[in-house]
Amino acid sequence: MRRQLFQRIAVLLLLLPFAPMILEAAPSHYLRTTAAMVAPEISVERLGAVEHAAAAAQSSGDNAWMLTSTALVLLMTGPGLALFYGGLVRKKNVLGTVMQSFGMMAVITVIWAVVGYSLAFGQGSAFLGGLHNLFLRGVGVQPDPAYAATIPAQTYMMFQLMFAIITPALITGAFAERMKFSAMLVFLTLWSLLVYDPMAHMVWGKGGLLNASLGGRFPTLDFAGGTVVHITSGVSALICALYLGKRLGYPKENMPPHSVVLSFVGACLLWVGWFGFNAGSALASNGLATSAFVATHFGAAAAVVGWSAAEWLTHGKPSALGAISGCVAGLVAITPASGFVSPMSALAIGLIAGVFCFWMVTTVKSKFGYDDSLDAFGVHGAGGTIGALLTGIFASSAVNPIFKDASGKTLASGVLEGNVHQIWNQAIGVAIAWTLAIVGTLVILKIVDAVIGLRVSEEQETQGLDLSQHGEEGYYWETSA
Amino acid sequence: MTKVEAVIQTSKLDTVKDALHEIGVEGMTVLEARGHGRQKGHTEFYRGREYTVDLIPKIKIEMVLADDMVEKAVQAIVNSARTGKIGDGKIFLSKIDDAIRIRNDERGDSAL
Repeated sequence: MRRQLFQRIAVLLLLLPFAPMILEAAPSHYLRTTAAMVAPEISVERLGAVEHAAAAAQSSGDNAWMLTSTALVLLMTGPGLALFYGGLVRKKNVLGTVMQSFGMMAVITVIWAVVGYSLAFGQGSAFLGGLHNLFLRGVGVQPDPAYAATIPAQTYMMFQLMFAIITPALITGAFAERMKFSAMLVFLTLWSLLVYDPMAHMVWGKGGLLNASLGGRFPTLDFAGGTVVHITSGVSALICALYLGKRLGYPKENMPPHSVVLSFVGACLLWVGWFGFNAGSALASNGLATSAFVATHFGAAAAVVGWSAAEWLTHGKPSALGAISGCVAGLVAITPASGFVSPMSALAIGLIAGVFCFWMVTTVKSKFGYDDSLDAFGVHGAGGTIGALLTGIFASSAVNPIFKDASGKTLASGVLEGNVHQIWNQAIGVAIAWTLAIVGTLVILKIVDAVIGLRVSEEQETQGLDLSQHGEEGYYWETSA
Repeated sequence: MTKVEAVIQTSKLDTVKDALHEIGVEGMTVLEARGHGRQKGHTEFYRGREYTVDLIPKIKIEMVLADDMVEKAVQAIVNSARTGKIGDGKIFLSKIDDAIRIRNDERGDSAL
């Protein structure tokens, strides 16, 4: 009895793998009738449900990429930019320098939640958003179709916050090693409200003066922030360097970077984070994001080649610092263009930017003698400007059909396609960014200087920012420890 | 007793140390030093800015030896530290009055 039972079970188990074949061999009309019996009727409700499911799937995919991009852009400030800048200063200022970037991660976030987002992206005039979204009122999980129809408005708000963080952090390179921590916090907070938020609104905000996709008066092509982020920060950096004056001992004293290795790690993190910055600016996980991703990488690589080749030819050796500086210059220049240009154009833009920024940093800076300590202007101001102009030349309607006539027909984008006028739109965008940055920065510097003073004392500067501003040392190596 | 102070290339520390051990030198003090003689440093470039680094990293070895050991030690250092190029370093010799072992008050050659 028992043995028979086991035998049957064993046979069943052996047959199990062949079950699909056996079922298929069964008379097919059986299965067909069964299927026809359970098939639901095609109805309006059912179509609605399918549409809803498809939209939910797209939203899910887009949101996944946008949350990833948001985190990548935060990674650019800390540790990316913090290490890039931290390695370039003398070792007595390493903590003072990384704290400037890290301070922005904290302070700008708070400001953004309270008022910044509303000023930049709320409904307002052509120049500045309004106060409708104060304290993030009305910014929830429902998408804001004017900006991004498939992701929660809060995802968009967070993505934009990371841009608002890194932009003032970029300026810190100009006044490295000599600004009071307190003055830096006040200055950059005011700068974020009075320079960054208006500029972001003009280029990306609803009804903004320069907004190319939302019907601006002078449509400037700026995919990921060449004007908003790099020109404003770079030009403001130059003003800071001129206003604050040189570091003690500059340019007589040797001030080599204390660790090019830290800078190297930081630059590589910037490169990776920049995929979120540019490809994320597609605001969706689609073909445009891929196109921006490709352009970003190609621009960076070509700029490394450009800078290093120029350095090799003029100074005899290709330095590591030169290679990573070229990479950042290329990423800056491709920022407005990514999402509008083909891979080959990206290579061209990177190559041009690499050589141009090398010349700005090595030749122009020493000719004028200003102490832009970590070359925030030479890389971001110069690279951002050349990138914005080159975008107007290389923009392709095949990559991104941004301009359409009344009937919906795609129009030419850049100069190479025949839209010669676009170079003027780009120049207007550049000019507005320059003007706003110069005037805004000067006014804020004057105010902060009068109220709390900008520079540390000579004694504190000699001692270093780590000890004088933060009461600690970056490297505490006791011989007996 | 004689104090031997040898300033050598940083890359030569291990070979010099081994050579000294081989001839029976039992103790030495090694210092990381910076300096220059006729070699006069080198230049570095950072983003187009030229820095002259005139104080070059060196190793300084100090030891106090009984007089009969001094010439052997000098030869050992010279043979192991020489590359023949500028920057190989120098050896200084000076007389020492006395030596005291802190552990047990021994003095003179027996304290070395």
